[in-house]
Amino acid sequence: MLTTSPEFKANAHHALADAGLQKALAFSKPQFMARRTAAVANLPEFERLRDIGRDIKNHALANLDFYLETFEANVQRAGGRVHWCSTAEDARNAVLDICRNAGARTVTKGKSMISEELGINAHLEAHGIAPIETDLGEYIIQLRQETPSHIIAPAFHLNREDWEAQFRLSHTDLPADRVFAERRDILTEARTKLRQRFLAADVGITGANFLIAETGSSVIVTNEGNGDLTQTLPRVHIALASIEKVVPTLEDATSLLRILARSATGQDFSVYTTFSTGGRRPGDLDGPQEYHVVLVDAGRSAMMGTEFQEMLRCIRCAACMNHCPVYGAVGGHAYGWVYPGPMGSVLTPSLIGVDKAGHLPNASTFCGKCESVCPVKIPLPKMMRHWREREFERHLQPGGIRSNLALWAYFARRPALYRLVARAGAVALGLLGRRRGRFARLPLAGGWTEGRDLPAPEGDTFFARYAREQRAAP
Amino acid sequence: MTKEAILGAIRRGLKRGPLPGDQAAMLHARMARPPRHLTPARSQVPRPDQIALLVRNIEKEFGTVSRVPGGDEVPEAVAEYLAGQNLPSNLVMAPHPELRALPWSARPLLVIREGRAEGTDLVSLQHGFAGIAETGTLMLPSAPERPTTLNLLADTAVVVLRASRVVGAYEDAWDLLRRERQDAVTGGFMPRNVMLVTGPSRSADIEQTLELGAHGPRRLHVVLIDDDPAARAA
Repeated sequence: MLTTSPEFKANAHHALADAGLQKALAFSKPQFMARRTAAVANLPEFERLRDIGRDIKNHALANLDFYLETFEANVQRAGGRVHWCSTAEDARNAVLDICRNAGARTVTKGKSMISEELGINAHLEAHGIAPIETDLGEYIIQLRQETPSHIIAPAFHLNREDWEAQFRLSHTDLPADRVFAERRDILTEARTKLRQRFLAADVGITGANFLIAETGSSVIVTNEGNGDLTQTLPRVHIALASIEKVVPTLEDATSLLRILARSATGQDFSVYTTFSTGGRRPGDLDGPQEYHVVLVDAGRSAMMGTEFQEMLRCIRCAACMNHCPVYGAVGGHAYGWVYPGPMGSVLTPSLIGVDKAGHLPNASTFCGKCESVCPVKIPLPKMMRHWREREFERHLQPGGIRSNLALWAYFARRPALYRLVARAGAVALGLLGRRRGRFARLPLAGGWTEGRDLPAPEGDTFFARYAREQRAAP
Repeated sequence: MTKEAILGAIRRGLKRGPLPGDQAAMLHARMARPPRHLTPARSQVPRPDQIALLVRNIEKEFGTVSRVPGGDEVPEAVAEYLAGQNLPSNLVMAPHPELRALPWSARPLLVIREGRAEGTDLVSLQHGFAGIAETGTLMLPSAPERPTTLNLLADTAVVVLRASRVVGAYEDAWDLLRRERQDAVTGGFMPRNVMLVTGPSRSADIEQTLELGAHGPRRLHVVLIDDDPAARAA
């Protein structure tokens, strides 16, 4: 997938001025947070399950080579095949080869972020095979020729009127004057349109929330049932998965599933959690004949052993972006690649390079909310800080930022001087702002005061006040 | 070779070669006897409460339940449910011996076809392998006598479940599968497909607002047979 991550700043400005996007964000964002809070409150063991989830993923990563080989052996035992792919290109070609061997003309797809990352759709289209997205959100994104703006709610940026307009534009065989009285009418129209596609497809492509080494299974989690129709009806099922999805056993996956839906949509459990193991068995009346797992590295193995290894614990629940003030202000498209929000700000530089995605780890207030809601306790702010350090070391920031940082560092290394200067500044600003109590504009801080006033300091520093109160304390 | 390159890169990151034999043996042993992690206390309750929890959770997730004292009452319960919803009395039924053994002839108006579901089927009748009280979830493993399409294609999915097959946690249901099933192809216990189903199909993709009836069934109805003496409320 192409990236506009280098243009994050311009993207963000554009997003802030986009009235439709701002309306969608304001409407949808509080719902995710409220639902997660309610689901967590309903399960007293939730916090302990987060520790368990972290430990399971750490164990799987510490033995990743072993579990991947075990997974492959068990897929083969069940009559399936694993295709190892180092790069996105390898994976695109593996998928295309399977589709060609199946003589495929149309391919249905369940929602898969790795598919977005690999650019599967464009590759299939370029070779005369029609991919059809079947998740409701992905379906409209495909009709609008956009990319998802959220990892579990691809159409997060759209309002109801956008749906109606697009359906009228795309479904020209239906009466132009039909009425969409309720959201349900939009859903029903998509259901009818896609039902024919499910039944006609030659190959079904899904992602995988987990791979299970013990049984050689791929797991998908959906609410619509589209992923299940995708992997059940066609003759061939392809599961796309990156290498870090593997966990040892069903019990391990089960513990992670307990925290996944609650963190994501705030459901206790998703409607359909499905374990696929190989192709049709003797006597089975349905299910695919062929089962393939396209196992993708595409930059993950290079994260092993680095300060970003913990990012590979991520189970893609989206809680971090649902609670992020930056995501909430600019939405997902501003981030410029597949993965937005805090998890994207850590993962994107790893996968496409900090030279392209260096703005993303800077787009954080470090409020820490992302880490506090992460079901597998990934220290996201710490890792964003690592990226900032790497960016600095590699001289990737503009000169102004570097010289200001150098200036700040000069004082920061000399605490007495730092306090003196800070105190002088605080006193001066306190005097200057005494009358109005705030500044609408300040030299060197134009970017900050453009959007809000700076409150005038009360004439002293934190350190001075802290020292005073310590002395006063009995 | 790509596989070796990926495994090599992982091992470089982990700063070791392939796992030594004794460590690999430990991991094989962990998979052979998978450790259970924490199971929430909510489902570890006496049998009658477990059944009540299952019913409550199915209804919370927009499914419906009718409880019948025995298998003999199932055809009547199915017919009444379909009539109550103004649904046709044609249905496609899983070719499962337990379902075949039910007295369908007592309800001659029900038109039953056995087999997998097609895109035109409006009502399906599936055999429930287990019910999981923790979240009101049905476990439906694929088998010749339990086709997967019955879980997916019909507008209305009806599942017959025996109360004696209701367990507390997901792990208890995995234990049942491990104990009772042997796969002809792998020699293991996993069939081609295991679906855990919690309520009817839905989507919240339009403005994050929940609507029922996405691509799967619009309705999920469970006919629960009270065949477990220990599970009957005192």
